[in-house]
Formats: sequence, structure tokens, C-alpha cells
Amino acid sequence: MTALVVAEHDNAALNPATLNAIAAAQAIGGDVDVLVAGSGSQPVADAAAQVAGVRKVLHADAAHYGHALAENLAPLVVSLAEPYEHILAAATTTGKNVMPRVAALLDCAQISDIIGVESSDTFIRPIYAGNVIATVKSADAKKVITVRTTAFDPVAASGGSGAVEAAASADDAGLSEFVGEELTKSDRPELTAADIIVSGGRGVGSSENFAVIEALADKLGAAVGASRAAVDAGYVPNDYQVGQTGKVVAPNLYVAVGISGAIQHLAGMKDSKVIVAINKDEEAPIFGVADYGLVGDLFKEVPAMVEALDK
Amino acid sequence: MKILVAVKRAIDYNVKARPKADGSAVDLANVKMSMNPFDEIAVEEAIRIQEAGNASETIAVSIGPKQCQETLRTAMAMGVDRGILVETDEEIQPLAAAKVLKAVIEKEQPELVLLGKQAIDDDSNQTGQMLAALLGWPQGTFACGVALADGGLEVRREIDGGIQTVKLKLPAVVTSDLRLNEPRYVKLPNIMKAKKKPLDTLTVDELGVDVTPRLTLLKAAEPPARQGGIKVPDVATLVDKLRNEAKVI
Ligand SMILES: Cc1cc2nc3c(=O)[nH]c(=O)nc-3n(C[C@H](O)[C@H](O)[C@H](O)COP(=O)(O)OP(=O)(O)OC[C@H]3O[C@@H](n4cnc5c(N)ncnc54)[C@H](O)[C@@H]3O)c2cc1C
Ligand SMILES: Nc1ncnc2c1ncn2[C@@H]1O[C@H](COP(=O)(O)O)[C@@H](O)[C@H]1O
Repeated sequence: MTALVVAEHDNAALNPATLNAIAAAQAIGGDVDVLVAGSGSQPVADAAAQVAGVRKVLHADAAHYGHALAENLAPLVVSLAEPYEHILAAATTTGKNVMPRVAALLDCAQISDIIGVESSDTFIRPIYAGNVIATVKSADAKKVITVRTTAFDPVAASGGSGAVEAAASADDAGLSEFVGEELTKSDRPELTAADIIVSGGRGVGSSENFAVIEALADKLGAAVGASRAAVDAGYVPNDYQVGQTGKVVAPNLYVAVGISGAIQHLAGMKDSKVIVAINKDEEAPIFGVADYGLVGDLFKEVPAMVEALDK
Repeated sequence: MKILVAVKRAIDYNVKARPKADGSAVDLANVKMSMNPFDEIAVEEAIRIQEAGNASETIAVSIGPKQCQETLRTAMAMGVDRGILVETDEEIQPLAAAKVLKAVIEKEQPELVLLGKQAIDDDSNQTGQMLAALLGWPQGTFACGVALADGGLEVRREIDGGIQTVKLKLPAVVTSDLRLNEPRYVKLPNIMKAKKKPLDTLTVDELGVDVTPRLTLLKAAEPPARQGGIKVPDVATLVDKLRNEAKVI
């Protein structure tokens, strides 16, 4: 039994989410190979070969793999799929875009967003915004899987000694083209990898007011997140959204400020180790999942907290 | 250009789902059902493209039991021209949905197919990508902007790091994200008008599609409950608890 993990990267560095996907592959058992498809992506292939427990790295380098376009990446994965029983990727926006295309070309179901492995054909995944935990068994010969990264501790990025093997490229499908990217720049930790997250909701009221949230985040060395309402209102960019249909996070500490705690938001953060809620409405559902709840006005309490942390 | 939109009848987003007591399935008895919210966004986008004069016809398709007629009527009340119900009482998983949609697309020949990025019941986030694969078409997933541009389609996509823009050849599949648009409210006169719009019914057998599920649900369980927390009286207590009790800062 061998698994293939499709690496995620920016042609320079391996996205750490790949280490969680490799961990899930190891939990299934058997050997683990990694596919690095990119353009000018040798450093990524080398890094992937160093990852603990990786048997070998398949490396396909061509201009049309530069941006992980699903139309090009999926046929490549399919062309390499034959020896593998399991094909996995992290459930990032890249993995979610590419892997169902792979599954359909292989005439397989995809098992989305797994949080546990029962056996080589049986997996655990949340459905209905995490309100139901499903155990599902696959009848397909190949299992195409995306992995919820928060559910699997990453394997070590070093200590391995896999071989790098060139993989034959498939042609450019010519269906799609990368035009551009507007990436959010921040010196703060990345949301899905952060140890502490401070999130703001509609209660914050404006993008200027988000400075209150950012001040607390900076004091704690935390990442900044948001509810959908805060993103929709334009207070912060879309990639800050935590929830059922945004990012799923599970930091050591999650501080929800001016967030009511809708099911869809809870789906993205209720596996955090410690949850703090600051909300002026003592009936807010967020208090139902908070370890520590503080009822009060965020514009008073959050600056006070920043001050108290100095002491 | 003809546009086809896939609309799924799903649990209403305000309802909290629960597993059945015996853990055999999700308890959907007497649960309010609505159009999957992402599909409302997809419908809205189709109508806006048509209102801008860039689409000749808009068609909504739903796969599922008879009650999906309501979902299609909602799409028609929003403004879609007609509906197609592929009626079945089987469980339809994403690969099967993609195969059924492909069969309908082969009959209808649309140039653009819109779906939601995710159904809020199975949370699969697969069907659009699978459909694009089966058709050999490009895909613009998690779209927050769609524009026709010199014979193709420019799609702005919500990705983990921000926004990505891709250019797709037509025909293409697009899946909607939350920020693509804000769906309109349905007005009463339009509900009446929608009752007169054509709604055709097909069967899976007529389309010749094998919809056998590939995944079997062995167990549906409650998620682990969180330990009840406490309310703290002030910031000083909060910081003290975080430092000395939870030891997370
Ligand atoms: C298909 C779909 C997908 C969705 N996906 C997501 C998702 O991924 N993530 C997500 O977050 N949501 C998602 N939602 C939206 C979700 O249902 C809620 O609407 C949203 O989470 C509400 O955001 P909020 O808590 O910031 O706003 P509100 O519910 O408006 O809550 C604001 C809170 O701020 C408090 N407040 C106001 N002023 C102050 C103050 N001065 N001091 C302290 N507290 C204050 C209020 O008491 C209130 O509790 C989705 C919805 C749908 C339909
Ligand atoms: N039974 C169905 N009928 C119509 N559309 C569907 C059906 N199942 C899935 N879809 C479409 O596919 C999208 C993604 O669903 P999923 O892959 O299940 O998360 C939905 O938002 C719908 O647009």
C-alpha cells in the first residue's frame, strides 16, 4: 500500500499544510511519496525529500505547473496515480480546487476534509458545519482525500532522505491561464498555523476599529481572524474568515471579540484548545463554547486587556 | 449564451443538524429545508449576467426528491427562465451529481455552468470541480468576481492567501463563494409568475447515469462536547486565568 501526497508550495518553499497531509497519509499506513509539480520548483522538491518518512519525491517542473491550475495539475496526478491506493492533499483552497478534479478523472469519490483515519478505507469527517461527525467507508479502488490540517500533527520537515525523481509532465491543457494575485501581506503569523488568534466580528464596526483587534493580536504575537460578517462588511480581507466555509483553525488560544457565535463560525474554531469570548451581549451563543467569557464593551475591554498584559 | 445553474435542496442554514439517536444517519425529520445558500448566490449571478444582456436563457437544475420543485420555483422566482428536476429518491453524492449534471448539459448545451462552492449539508466542496473534469472544461472555483472578457471568462477567486485571478476559455464551470454577490429577495408577484414558468422532470434512468453511492455512512455521531466554561468579572481575572490556569500566554 502506497500513498501519494500532492505538495502545496509557491515554487520556493513547501507549504507547511503539506506536512499535515503527509501525517494523515502515514496514519493510513504504508509508504508515502510526494508529488511536487511547479515551475522552477527544485528547492521545493529538495525540501520535500527532507521531510521525515517520505520515500521519494516525484518532481514535475514546467511553466504550466507554476500556479497549480487544476486543469493542468489534475491530469498530471492522474497520469502518476496507477501505483497508489491513496492520493491526498491538504484541504486548502488549492487542494479543494484540484483534488475533486483528480477524483472525477479516476471515477472515484473524494473524501473531503478528513479528521481521522479508521482503516485504509474508512475515514472520519465532519459534515453539517461540524454538528455531525461522519464515519464513511469508501468502495473505490483508489481513495482521493483532502485532509483537515488541524486534525493531524505535522510530520517533521527534516530528518528524511527521500530520492527526487523526475516525473514526465503532461501537456498544458490550454483551458485556463493565471492572470494575477492580490495576496494579503502581513508580518503576523499565518492564520492556520498560529498559536494564538484574535478574531473580530461585526461588533468591531469598521475597518479602522480593527486596530483595536490588531493591537491585542500584536501584544500576544497572534494572528488576526474574522467572522464572515466582518469580511462581508469590508473590515478585513476575505482570507481572514474563520468558519465552515472559510478557514478552520485550532490554536492554543482563540479570542473571539464582537462575534456572536453562529454555527458557521463555530465550525471553524471550536476545536481550539482555549476559547475566550468578549461580547457585550451576555446571551451571545459564543459564550456557550468559551472557556472564559467576559461580558463587556470591546472598545473598553480589549484596550484594558492590552494594558493588563504589560503588567 | 445559455447559462445553467445547479441548485441543491439542503438543510436551512439556521438549523443545527443532529445525528439520530442510533447513530445511523443525520436526523432530518421535520427539519426546515431551503436552497443551499451558495446556490442562491450562483442563481443571482446567472440572473445578473442575463440582465446585463449577456445571456439568452437561464436554467436551474436540481437533483433529488419531488420537493426539489420548491427549490426550482425559488430559483425561477428570483428570475431564472425555467427549471429541470432530475427526480430521484436515491442518495446523490457529488460524483453522481456531477454525472447527472453532465448528462443534462449535453442535452442543453449551455456555455456557462454555475454551482455553489459547497453544499452546507455534506460540506463536500467537490461537485463543480468534478463536473468540470468530466466535461473537460476549465473551472473557476470559489468565485468572488466573474467577468466576460474577449471571448473568455475572467474569474476572481477567493484563495487562502487573498485573491487570485484566472482567465478561462468558454464553456466553463464556475462555483460561487460568499462575496460574489448578494442574492435578491424574492418578491411576491414573482413567486406567482414563477408558478407559470416551465419545469421539466427527468429521471436518472432516462439520462442513463449510474448514481450508486461510493461512500457508505457507517456512523453519524455528535461532535465531542466542550467542557462548560466560566464568565470572568474583569480583564485582570481573565489575564490571570490565561496565564496561570490555562497557561496559554
Ligand atoms: C452559507 C453560509 C456560510 C457561512 N460561513 C461562515 C463562515 O465561514 N464564518 C463565519 O464567521 N460566518 C459564516 N456565515 C455567517 C454566519 O451565519 C453569521 O452571520 C456570522 O458568523 C455573524 O458574524 P458576527 O458574529 O461577526 O456578527 P453578528 O452575529 O452580528 O454578531 C456581532 C456580535 O458583536 C457583539 N457586539 C456588538 N458591539 C459590541 C461591542 N461594542 N462590544 C462587544 N460586543 C459587541 C454583539 O453582541 C454580537 O454578538 C455563513 C453564513 C452562511 C449562510
Ligand atoms: N443534488 C444536487 N442538485 C443540484 N445541485 C447540486 C446537487 N448536489 C450538489 N449540487 C451543486 O454542487 C454544489 C457543491 O456541492 P458539494 O460538492 O456537495 O459541496 C452545490 O452548491 C450545488 O450547486
